[in-house]
Amino acid sequence: MRPKRIAAAALAAGILSAGLALAQDKDSTSRQIERYREALADGNPAELWEARGESLWKEKRGPKAASLERCDLGLGPGVVKGAYTVLPKYFADTGKVEDLESRLVTCMVALQGFTPEQAKKDPFGGPGKKVPMDALVAYIASESRGMPMHVSIANPKEREAYELGRQIFFYRGGPHDFACASCHGAEGKRIRLQDLPNLTNPADARRAYTTWPAYRVSQGEVRSMQWRLNDCFRQQRFPELEFTSPASIALSLYLARTAEGGVMDAPAIKR
Amino acid sequence: MADPMKIRATVVGDKVEVKVLMAHEMETGQRKDSKGAIVPAWFIQNVTATVNGKTVLSAEWGPAVAKNPFLSFRFAGAKAGDKVVITWTDNHGDKRSDEATIAA
Amino acid sequence: MKNKTLATVTLVVLAGCAAESARQDASTPSPQQVKAVLEASFMARGQAKLDRLTQDEVQLLCSQVRPDKPIAPEEAQRIVQSQQATLRYPAGSLMGDWKSGEKVAQQGTGKQYSDDPAHPSGANCYACHQLSPGEVSYGTIGPSLYRFGATHGYTAEMQKYVYGKVYNSEAFSACSTMPRFGHMGILTEQQIKDVVALLMDPKSPVNQ
Repeated sequence: MRPKRIAAAALAAGILSAGLALAQDKDSTSRQIERYREALADGNPAELWEARGESLWKEKRGPKAASLERCDLGLGPGVVKGAYTVLPKYFADTGKVEDLESRLVTCMVALQGFTPEQAKKDPFGGPGKKVPMDALVAYIASESRGMPMHVSIANPKEREAYELGRQIFFYRGGPHDFACASCHGAEGKRIRLQDLPNLTNPADARRAYTTWPAYRVSQGEVRSMQWRLNDCFRQQRFPELEFTSPASIALSLYLARTAEGGVMDAPAIKR
Repeated sequence: MADPMKIRATVVGDKVEVKVLMAHEMETGQRKDSKGAIVPAWFIQNVTATVNGKTVLSAEWGPAVAKNPFLSFRFAGAKAGDKVVITWTDNHGDKRSDEATIAA
Repeated sequence: MKNKTLATVTLVVLAGCAAESARQDASTPSPQQVKAVLEASFMARGQAKLDRLTQDEVQLLCSQVRPDKPIAPEEAQRIVQSQQATLRYPAGSLMGDWKSGEKVAQQGTGKQYSDDPAHPSGANCYACHQLSPGEVSYGTIGPSLYRFGATHGYTAEMQKYVYGKVYNSEAFSACSTMPRFGHMGILTEQQIKDVVALLMDPKSPVNQ
């Protein structure tokens, strides 16, 4: 081989071995995390929430003493199976784009006679505090397990929410200048030891979106997408994201659309 | 009564594999609430599994066991159709008992 | 002559329009529309008031950056220049104590609505960077800073660069992901000096 070729080959070999060394280094940490995840996968406590959610769906509650069984989650009144895969979506009865939680609020008000304030109160469970919302989310999401995400943006309001969600995703603010994109806008990064999905990349978005809601071991609770967005913004040093607010639904729609085709596997279990 | 357990029991080879999810706060008694007061200890102390009246597992637990504990174990000497009964008692004197039929 | 001028002016105007539409088509909400939705969707809590949703020039410009569309060179230059003007250096030594710097690097709290505003903030360096080799729980959002002083040299110029970079990263790299710890009042002058020592003290674990 001529000197130039030898140098090029040596350079390529050097880069390759450096890459392999780096990959191995990444591998051992990532491999340990993978083994931890596999150990967690058996016996997901979320099943306890799913069971409670199913009873709450059928239980007569509120001033109207009615169940939620006639609630239209997007596939027609009472259809739970597959409903999570089409949310968020535009609903003609409210004239709004709604995600699962805002839709449950709509039905709690319309069918069960709760006030919006009562329906939205205490959306997230805590130590010793059981709330209906996360159990209902766990149950309804579980009924879409194994089915692909197919969120539509055909309706102009859905399109508007999608575009809004995309802009919000890149919106830098607060004392730390953080946007969602600060952590979720680049490939192959992690924060401390937590791998970060690049949510602008459909493959990562599919993996991420289809595993929420999830039982968070560190929280001891089933956490929904509404919770996830709320807690992200807290750590971004933003003020508090309101439960079922327009921004929360716009962001969910943007993420769900980017995750198009992803097969639901929720409630999952995470650290 | 406390929330129900989820129990799955299946025949695996010549043994029976049982998987149990229990709903319990499992407070260690070390944690402080938002006001700084200690949250009192509240945890499962005893777990027993019986099949056809015979005890196949007996456990003594403490605050080191996680919230909403998951228990998985295998034992010999039962067949599909037999009933497995799981019972736990905690340090408050609360008790919960659920059963499941062993699937083939 | 008149026709040529008119043609030139028309070309310039059209070029400007094309650039604008490349950035925003009819369906993209304006920054004002986005801000209005955010203000209707967030509520003040703890130390986090709604004014945190108001963007300064850096945040406004950098919100337009996309994975396939980096910041334009002219805008990048403008950001670096305006942020350079914010740099405030301490009188005297720029080096604090690396042991305190390690604590600042480890602490992830500060400025959240769940944090007590009376408590000092941390910089959470380990969220994004490798630093001391003994700490395996480090992030990869930013480059590794392991052996920073040892590789870059223990010079006064390098100390000044590190101080400035921690104080306001945008003064060196437009639309950097790194927070502006000094300019935004996240860290105190002493804390930044301690972080400089963490990176630049030959005795610091970072340089072992």
